[in-house]
Amino acid sequence: MVYDASPLCITVCLIVFNRSVFQLTLPVLFGYVPLGMAFGVLFVTQLDYPWWGATLMSVAIYAGAGQILAISLLAAHAGLLEVFVALFVLNARHLFYGLSLLGRFRGAGWRKAYLIFGLTDETYSLLTSRKRHDNGSDEQRKDALITFYNQCYWILGSTLGALLGRAVEFDSTGIEFALVALFIVLTIEQYKGLGESLPVWIGAASAGLCLAVLPADQQLIGAVVVATLTLLGHYRLNQRRTAANDAHRNGGHSHG
Amino acid sequence: MDSVLSADSTAYLLAFIAVGTAATFATRVIPFAFFSRHSEHPLIQHLGRYLPAAVMSLLVVIFLLRSGHWSAPMLGLDALVPSLVVVALHLWRRNALLSIIAGTACYMVFQQSGLF
Repeated sequence: MVYDASPLCITVCLIVFNRSVFQLTLPVLFGYVPLGMAFGVLFVTQLDYPWWGATLMSVAIYAGAGQILAISLLAAHAGLLEVFVALFVLNARHLFYGLSLLGRFRGAGWRKAYLIFGLTDETYSLLTSRKRHDNGSDEQRKDALITFYNQCYWILGSTLGALLGRAVEFDSTGIEFALVALFIVLTIEQYKGLGESLPVWIGAASAGLCLAVLPADQQLIGAVVVATLTLLGHYRLNQRRTAANDAHRNGGHSHG
Repeated sequence: MDSVLSADSTAYLLAFIAVGTAATFATRVIPFAFFSRHSEHPLIQHLGRYLPAAVMSLLVVIFLLRSGHWSAPMLGLDALVPSLVVVALHLWRRNALLSIIAGTACYMVFQQSGLF
């Protein structure tokens, strides 16, 4: 007897589908599907492992650059300690992303682990740039959906790439620029939301510096570290200025 | 698939994925594990306020430089022009999807036509 699962599937889809979240994540769809496919194709053409290895990596590891690096590590049959160190260092910039989301994920319950797990560059961008309302748990539910949609695009892309391999060729050259365009749009939104351009310049200058002095694989983490350190200096400076103002005003309170 | 997969290599693949998952998750969970109690600290609040904007702009600079051809004939225009399209459209209409699709289409045309 065959159990018809379609009503269940439709119900699940209706619960999970959220139009506004889908629209918000569309640029990531355009970026993740082709990039995921590139990873999937590389996986099956460079390695002697079955296609589901690519899918499993996208489900469990879920890190774009990390997975592409993983292909060369798998090919070289690298030791597991080396694998751990390589992927930790490559993804080390994520250490800093969490620092600005500590409060936002507080009290997210069972969703919190998934929100943390799925914190890629693109998801971080969307979560920190979108407009929010006061209702914390409702916003966290939306955050989790955004994270989930993004990962689905990544899994979909890498699975398609691994299954199709070299069989199907379609010219989507350049479509991954959607991610660059997304970052540009989000920078503008961040600037408008903050009303200050200083952090934008700090980020750009950090990137410029690291592009000039570091090898390609260390530029991203280098820039995140330099930007964070600069912001620490900025904090210190503000603190000193506020203290000086307070002393000047003889105990007047300052705004944070 | 004609290659016969040995149990050994499947075990290696699974161990590899487990270790890769642990390493990646560690980078994401460490701040929450160690700084959760300090989320109200003014320094953390300061980072929460300014870090996203700084990270966004550094991602733009790094990925933009990697998307263009910066040598003689093009001078990065193949990436700069689509980026300007995104900026201009976004400042004008402030419709994220429109800006992204237009800029991406422009970039794809440049890359595929060999115009530059």
